[in-house]
Amino acid sequence: MIEILQSIVPTALFYSAPLIFTALGGVFSERSGVINIGLEGLMVMGAFIGIVFNLTFADVLGASTPWISIIVATFAGALFSVIHAVASVSFRADQTVSGVAINMLALGIGVYLTKVWYDKGQTDMVSQPFYTTDIPVLSEIPVIGPIFFEGIYITSYIAILFAIIAWYVLYRTPFGLRLRSVGEHPMAADTNGVNVYKIRYIAVILSGALGGLGGSVFALTIVSNFSQSTIVGQGFMALAAVIFGKWHPLGAMGAAIFFGLAQSLSVVGAGIPVLSDIPQVFLLIAPYVLTILALAGFIGRAEAPKANGVPYIKGGR
Amino acid sequence: MSNKVFNIIVPVISVILGLIAGAIIMLLSGHNPISGYAALWNGAFGDSYTIGETVRRITPLMLTGLAIAFAFRTGLFNIGAEGQVIVGWLAAVCVGLYIDAPMYIHLPLAIIAGALAGALWAFVPGILKAKLGVHEVIVTIMMNYIALYSVNEIIRTVLTDGETTSATIAPTASLASEWLQSITFYSRIHYGFLIALFAAVLMWFIIDRTSIGYELKSVGFNPHASKYAGMNVNRNIVLSLVISGSFAGLAGVMEGLGTYGNISVMGGFTNLGFDGIAVALLGANNPLGVVLAAILFGTLKEGAGEMPTSAGVPTELVDIIIALIILFVASGYIIRWAILRFKKEEK
Repeated sequence: MIEILQSIVPTALFYSAPLIFTALGGVFSERSGVINIGLEGLMVMGAFIGIVFNLTFADVLGASTPWISIIVATFAGALFSVIHAVASVSFRADQTVSGVAINMLALGIGVYLTKVWYDKGQTDMVSQPFYTTDIPVLSEIPVIGPIFFEGIYITSYIAILFAIIAWYVLYRTPFGLRLRSVGEHPMAADTNGVNVYKIRYIAVILSGALGGLGGSVFALTIVSNFSQSTIVGQGFMALAAVIFGKWHPLGAMGAAIFFGLAQSLSVVGAGIPVLSDIPQVFLLIAPYVLTILALAGFIGRAEAPKANGVPYIKGGR
Repeated sequence: MSNKVFNIIVPVISVILGLIAGAIIMLLSGHNPISGYAALWNGAFGDSYTIGETVRRITPLMLTGLAIAFAFRTGLFNIGAEGQVIVGWLAAVCVGLYIDAPMYIHLPLAIIAGALAGALWAFVPGILKAKLGVHEVIVTIMMNYIALYSVNEIIRTVLTDGETTSATIAPTASLASEWLQSITFYSRIHYGFLIALFAAVLMWFIIDRTSIGYELKSVGFNPHASKYAGMNVNRNIVLSLVISGSFAGLAGVMEGLGTYGNISVMGGFTNLGFDGIAVALLGANNPLGVVLAAILFGTLKEGAGEMPTSAGVPTELVDIIIALIILFVASGYIIRWAILRFKKEEK
């Protein structure tokens, strides 16, 4: 049993880390009232920048390259999400449409530049990806140690830490209160002196930063290169986690870990006696089916923030 | 200026801005935009073969565009066209493979099967929206992935024995036309474009000439007022998505019975559904507009194939251009504002 857990838990955490980061981004954006279908595109951008930076600077920066790469990708994601912010907050574009455009644009730019810079459809494999480590002291605890702290990516724990920070920011700071109020009733918030546009810009840019971070972590832990098919659906799965987690940071984290578990089961499941009988396809579609069931109210009703998707027009009624 | 004029000006300006942005990107990445666009033109209309392929490319785009536009008219956003295309494709190919009948029965049956599969796939988000108020955008996105993975599994385990491509459909279910192929140097053009054009006329007829269409539009404008006027809002929501889904299913039929004659395991989405969003948006959700927008985007996509060989420009440039065009159209408010501002200063 312990051996089975030892193969499942690290893989599940490893698959869920990028989903947690990106889903937290989704929580910030949607809690402020801006739908973000563009999470997928933000992850693509993060993965692209993360890989390109890593390839370019690996010789100079050595072992610190992956860390600096994800920081750069975080900024790139933030910068890229400004497009979505401008379109949906200032230009009153349909937020879903703008998100779809972000997805197409990110993939188009990423693959276009890959072809221009590397003369082929995919980049080389990076020489400095993240490696698994054993966390000192903790990995020596009996039973728990080998399952949770041996052969693990530190990024997985950073993701969980981020979820806790996000919860604190959203529920325990004035900024979080303002952000949530803007997503529920922007006019009331405006009347109370909250700058709706500013808060929404910050929220969307935060979602871009976290999406870029998630994408680069995915690229640097799981695939190690960038191509058309590096990010295929992880962004939408993160969006599913936002909803399945009921727009709550810790809920989104739980959902992301659960989806990561489903993904990891479809990878390592073949080696586990009970699971090898379940066709892989059921594990693949599980996150999506569960999200629909959650929305339909079969697994606790998921209610979106009230003003989600509605552009705020000052002075409108 | 009236709204009607703006509805034409905004898309036109957006397309021009998109093409200019494409030229700037080519310049910045060290390519010659003139030879780039010339290659694109030749790739789409260079000879009769490429013209045939361009028509083939436009056909399913027109149908997914109509699908999304139709749902938009009822105020619904069907991002699930992608999944509906995939299940429609599968259903049509299944009928083409396993049923033995003369052409005048077999072909219509296969086409209807594809449309019905798409309709069924859209029925799920429709009923969830109508009965439980679940937002259709999320459900349709999730249904896309369920379609992709399930259909791949069915191809591997039911249609074949672990293979990645199914057998070819019976000729009695094929939309391919030897005559059309022979006049276009054996491109993959097929009779499907007639179906797509017919679907556009059908949409215009339903929306503008029937009481069903009137109700659908009315629900789109204001569901509460429609309910007060005695319309069954829930039924109209389901109906709108089902009709939308059958258009998308037909786009899958075009690929299954026309272009490929089989179905293969897909590594990712066909993108027909997502490009359909761009088509519907640029076409202002109007059947004629959708036809024109599909012709534009289909031409860009087909022409892009020639760009790497003749001008060294990666095909993805066209995806960037299309994404920018959508962003511009979606931000139509600011284009309107700019035009009005410009007009004022003239006076």
